[in-house]
Amino acid sequence: MKFFDWLDGRTGYRKIIHEALYENVPGGARWRYVWGSTLTFTLAVQFITGIFLWMAYSPSSQTAWESVYYIQNEMTGGWLLRGIHHFTAQAMTILLVLHLMQVIIDGAYKAPREVNFWFGVALLFLVLGLSLTGYLLPWDQKGYWATKVATNIMALTPIIGPALQKILIGGADYGHHTLTRFFALHAGVLPGLIIVLLVGHIYLFRRHGLTAKEPRRRPDAPFWPDQLLKDAVACLAVLAVIMVFVLKGGAELGAPADPSEPFAAARPEWYFLFLFQLLEYFKGQYGFFDAPIVGALILPGLIMLILVLMPIVGKWRLGHRFNLSFTVALLLGAAMLTAIAVRHDAKDADYNASLRTAHRDSERVKVLARARGIPPSGAAALLREDAFAQGPRIFARNCASCHRYDGHDGLAQVPSDPQSAPDLKGFASREWIAGMLDPARISSSNYFGATKFADGKMAKWVKRNVPKHTAEQQAQMRQIVIALSAEAQLKSQRALDEKDSAEIKAGREFIDGDVACTECHKFHKENEEATAPDLTGYGSRQWMIDFITNPAHERFYGKRSDRMPAYGVEKMLDQKQIEMVVDWLRGDWFEPDTDLVSK
Amino acid sequence: MKKRLTPLNPQRRGFIKRFSAGLIGGVLGLVPFLSGLAVLFDPLRRKSAGASAIHVASLSAIPEDGTPRKFSVLASRADAWNKSPQTPIGAVYLRRTGPKTVKAFNVVCPHAGCFVEFVAARKSYYCPCHRSAFALDGAIASASPAKRGLDELEVEIRNGTEVWVKFQNFLAGKAEKIPA
Repeated sequence: MKFFDWLDGRTGYRKIIHEALYENVPGGARWRYVWGSTLTFTLAVQFITGIFLWMAYSPSSQTAWESVYYIQNEMTGGWLLRGIHHFTAQAMTILLVLHLMQVIIDGAYKAPREVNFWFGVALLFLVLGLSLTGYLLPWDQKGYWATKVATNIMALTPIIGPALQKILIGGADYGHHTLTRFFALHAGVLPGLIIVLLVGHIYLFRRHGLTAKEPRRRPDAPFWPDQLLKDAVACLAVLAVIMVFVLKGGAELGAPADPSEPFAAARPEWYFLFLFQLLEYFKGQYGFFDAPIVGALILPGLIMLILVLMPIVGKWRLGHRFNLSFTVALLLGAAMLTAIAVRHDAKDADYNASLRTAHRDSERVKVLARARGIPPSGAAALLREDAFAQGPRIFARNCASCHRYDGHDGLAQVPSDPQSAPDLKGFASREWIAGMLDPARISSSNYFGATKFADGKMAKWVKRNVPKHTAEQQAQMRQIVIALSAEAQLKSQRALDEKDSAEIKAGREFIDGDVACTECHKFHKENEEATAPDLTGYGSRQWMIDFITNPAHERFYGKRSDRMPAYGVEKMLDQKQIEMVVDWLRGDWFEPDTDLVSK
Repeated sequence: MKKRLTPLNPQRRGFIKRFSAGLIGGVLGLVPFLSGLAVLFDPLRRKSAGASAIHVASLSAIPEDGTPRKFSVLASRADAWNKSPQTPIGAVYLRRTGPKTVKAFNVVCPHAGCFVEFVAARKSYYCPCHRSAFALDGAIASASPAKRGLDELEVEIRNGTEVWVKFQNFLAGKAEKIPA
């Protein structure tokens, strides 16, 4: 023990420990005193996990999402570390509110503790600053677009707004310096300020002592061990709740931020939803300044002011009651606005479609990143060039005003325009072609119904001949379906096509012979008479690319083409986009080896 | 002013309370800390890519008189989350030892990892960092700080003209060739 005596002689550490452990708890240990400790605990967790995350995080617009992906999906224990950091942040916000509530209910903000209350209010805003900056760092669609809205609102501040925004985001637009700045705020400036203020907060707390809840049920007792045990148990409960969230869901990582892909479902973190909803009520222009300023700056500013003035208001006879009712009203109001926002979103079809697409993208990009690795230009490029991700988008934007895909626009939304062209789900598959040759279906809206071919030669032929077919001819038609569908070389029918090679051979002969499709269609050989679309390679990748490029080409509909634009010739879509929508329609997109998927 | 209380008879004050407070405190600290350590030690799980044969040059690009020539070694490289196609991962000296035979040396000096240069006038390799010198066949010249000669790499001639090298780096500073 000589060493410790020496150490104590040089540092006086025993006195410090004694001070820390034997602080007086008036009226003995109580559960209601635990909130400050739980906050200190969560802050410590954030410091520990944050520093470890820092070792693997890379703040730039081409590496932020990518490094977080790597932490989350590739590094040992990364999902756990990030999960704890993510959910502890949320727990902190709740604990902040509880702590504040308790301080106000117990009147702990009153003299002589005013300054400490102001320290607390400052800490509250610094912690919210951590949430705001941390939300952007993964650089996923959600964080990117939600933060963009926040900084755009900031730019509406009269006079200094635009300059303020540029300084914060490090330029005229979002990019590398937005991340370096947010990261420096998140991991340097804000935590540094918090440490300074927290030291002051705890010092002042010790100076004035705990605000006892009257009546005191028991004699005074020291902090150690009774109160400390209660604090520890409370922290353990907080940690347990956090762990449930980490283990049940884990921290989400959306698709990588893509400035060219607006995200309609971008929302701030749930505890800022009330502000988001508040903004809904402030739109347009109020004379001199922009309305959102009222919802985003002036109202919150006034609330902040009242909060800061509480110790002074509290001196007034009814002051405490005012403070209490104000806080309760504030929380109820925030809860109500949150509820409205949640309910509104739940009913909003656009929001839900956007959310589904976002989820689909985030799952897809993980598959691609794992199977192919991420190119140095960043993970957003993986999705931009992926048929599975882009096909339905291209379809929804360019094709779905007339066509459908399984009854929707490719993104599970039903367009407002009525369907006026075929449903292309499973185009050129056996089932699809069988429907085309079905007299009951060829002129339905899923095929030629709303086109000018509804009563065309093909429809007439099907309606006139097919019902009269003998059993033998029906068998021939089946073989034709199989043979024509085989032209498409669909991935989903590869096994079937291999198995049915004899039927395909027979079917091909009927197309040219007995059933005489070649009276109008071209099929594998020159045919001067052909006036209807070429059936050679019907539904194959190249056939579809050529068709979308120019449906009015003489190989397809020629002059009789209906409304469909020549997407390629008129440069409405570029080659890559046409290829992606074709690959998606044909169900032919990159799929990793199965052992990679299961890993 | 409040009165500080010193506990009476501290030994008797609930040992269980102290013990559980300490235990819970330990758990509270360990959970975030250990999850961080797992991530910190993740690199220990990663192995270097290992040697694989890489097409480095065509036979005709190597001087016929036996003078060594330096070639970059390109391969797709994985760096954490990034996979880059065909980036330089190192360089080799190729030297003909016969019409159809080639020797390859990794350009990395086995002393401390600098790149050696071939000096034609003296027909030997020199390292600019600590003046290690190596003969044409890779052997250490006397008075070199390096503990071994240049690292020879396996060479394979494919299709009569393609020079494929099994590219690999070795730990510097050791007398033996230990794959890095």
